[in-house]
Amino acid sequence: MQTVLYDSSFEGFFTAVFEIYEYKIKDPDIQQQGAAPVSLFGGQHTVHTDIAKATRVIKKLEEKLSADAFANIYRVLLSEQPGMENVLFRYIQYALQATQSIETDYSHPDVLWIQQVVRKMGREKHRMEAFIRFLKTKDGLFYATVEPDFNVLPLIRKHFEDRYADQRWLIYDTRRKYGLYYDLHSVTEVTIDFAATLNDKASLRTLHDEQEDLYQSLWRTYFGSTNIQARRNMKLHIQHMPRRYWKYLTEKLPG
Amino acid sequence: MSERISEKLTILSDAAKYDVSCASSGSDRKNENKGLGNASNGICHAYTEDGRCVSLLKILLTNFCIYDCAYCISRKSNDIKRAAFTVQEVVDLTMNFYRRNYIEGLFLSSGIFKNADYTMERLVLVAKKLRTEHRFNGYIHLKTIPGASDELMQEAALYADRLSVNVEMPTRESLRLLAPDKNRNDMLKPMRYIDKALTQNQEEKKLFKKAPTLAPAGQSTQMVIGATPETDLQILYMSHFFYQKIHLKRVYYSGYVPVSNDNRLPAMGTPVPFIRENRLYQADWLMRFYHFRVDEIVSPQEPLLDAQIDPKLSWALRNLQLFPVDINTADYMLIMRIPGIGIQSARKICEARKFSRLGMHHLQKIGIAVNRAKYFITTSDAPVLKDYQPMQIKEFILNEGSSKYQPNFSPQLKLF
Ligand code: SF4
Repeated sequence: MQTVLYDSSFEGFFTAVFEIYEYKIKDPDIQQQGAAPVSLFGGQHTVHTDIAKATRVIKKLEEKLSADAFANIYRVLLSEQPGMENVLFRYIQYALQATQSIETDYSHPDVLWIQQVVRKMGREKHRMEAFIRFLKTKDGLFYATVEPDFNVLPLIRKHFEDRYADQRWLIYDTRRKYGLYYDLHSVTEVTIDFAATLNDKASLRTLHDEQEDLYQSLWRTYFGSTNIQARRNMKLHIQHMPRRYWKYLTEKLPG
Repeated sequence: MSERISEKLTILSDAAKYDVSCASSGSDRKNENKGLGNASNGICHAYTEDGRCVSLLKILLTNFCIYDCAYCISRKSNDIKRAAFTVQEVVDLTMNFYRRNYIEGLFLSSGIFKNADYTMERLVLVAKKLRTEHRFNGYIHLKTIPGASDELMQEAALYADRLSVNVEMPTRESLRLLAPDKNRNDMLKPMRYIDKALTQNQEEKKLFKKAPTLAPAGQSTQMVIGATPETDLQILYMSHFFYQKIHLKRVYYSGYVPVSNDNRLPAMGTPVPFIRENRLYQADWLMRFYHFRVDEIVSPQEPLLDAQIDPKLSWALRNLQLFPVDINTADYMLIMRIPGIGIQSARKICEARKFSRLGMHHLQKIGIAVNRAKYFITTSDAPVLKDYQPMQIKEFILNEGSSKYQPNFSPQLKLF
């Protein structure tokens, strides 16, 4: 077995795929640099991300895979699942060898695994689109902090860009320490460390728009009174809104 | 001032909540004017403690009403607090909730004050302001008031994504008994009018791309279940009529929540008929997505849905001569009729079997309720089960007691 180290970027991964073929590396174990202890057995190969090599792999895959199946590779790489690179590599091998499209061969364990991870990512993306709650600041910025199970910000970007086109907004991932910022023209990734500001709840409050508290409290009022007590079903409630998301939900926080 | 708004919101959302429709899907309104919002995917932003999806700000403009429908909390004779929003208040609430990602849009209904036109005019005004002054592209569902003028209906369709009139009572007789001021034709007339307008609009859109789209998410209605003696047969044939003849997008079934001591109605404290409501939704799904005909689900001999098992399993047990089905060769349409296999799994089976012959372990991995499906299928590996009687199979499945087969009270359910 040979460990193949890459820089965790999308292009880096495809460069790694290229070099495994190029150097005929047998039994590769693709890992992100710094992520895992270096294997004591077998050799090690460090990949230097090379756009030209990556592009050749991407081109080839685009011939072999549908646009959706190709996008799924990207989604899996955002999932941060241990071992995902190796599954993807086997999947790519399988796709390149096959004479027909293999992307719906759910009897193949790697195809099925990818499909399941994509489904999980989809669920998390969907939850973020549903559960993000913006707060409005005095200067008209709508901001939200999140801590998604997977790195889904790149996947929700378009949704928020399309929808909130007439307000400035910021969605910040506190676990991965970066955010998306929309300035009324375009979305950019920002990596300023907001942690200190965000932890200081009191000073944060002074930054809020004067009507922010009003609308939060109206939303809580609404959430309470739209419930039909005679139909109460907490099991279903929690199934749909898992507790770990409550900390972001205005309606679930005390006023 | 904020207290007053909060009180109004309490009263007017409380009064609106018995309308169970919550969908914000079916529209594809884009944000092309760099305004606020779009109506594309129908997100549930929260779930109430009763497990229902919160997607729209669902409120009444007012709960003052000149009518006295026995099943309604806002009826004239009910001694409750009354309130009314101004048009601007509704607009502000909608915009501010939407901007914070609390909601997908607005579902606005109203008690009838003064007369139908006067009420409808104000509902339309809210929608118009949102669309034109605020460039709001989120979802708007307007309740249309029976008896309002055709011009107002037309205008409502211009701004709203969805329109609805709730028939509430499944039959004319029940309506006469419980809502004597209402007349069934007054409800069907606007539905038919809108249906015609929408069909015409689709024709126009084919000719002129730029023609404005009327109510892209179509029409819906709601029937109250369990307040009156109708059978499931009557209710489902009514739904069938709405889907086929008026092209409604959705029919909602609302298990009656007792709100009155009126002796024409179930007493206060009577449990809400959740299971029946759930079975009706399942039957509705079978009609809309599984290509079942209504007479395959209920019949004059069996006018009630089985409370213990879902209507798809019921159907299969009545039609055992069609089974077992060979997973590796059967038609897609038949595969999705197998108990334990939903539309998604049926599709996956048909995809996967192109690559290799499927056995039980494949089905398990694909996520099929194998314990249920096994009585109805043959695969490449599993032995064919002996011929059981319908009652035996029903017993086996019920005895498994897996919580998955317990009735689930959500109208969004996808169990089959
Ligand atoms: S007209 Fe509507 S609001 Fe008025 S009592 Fe009847 S159902 Fe209730």
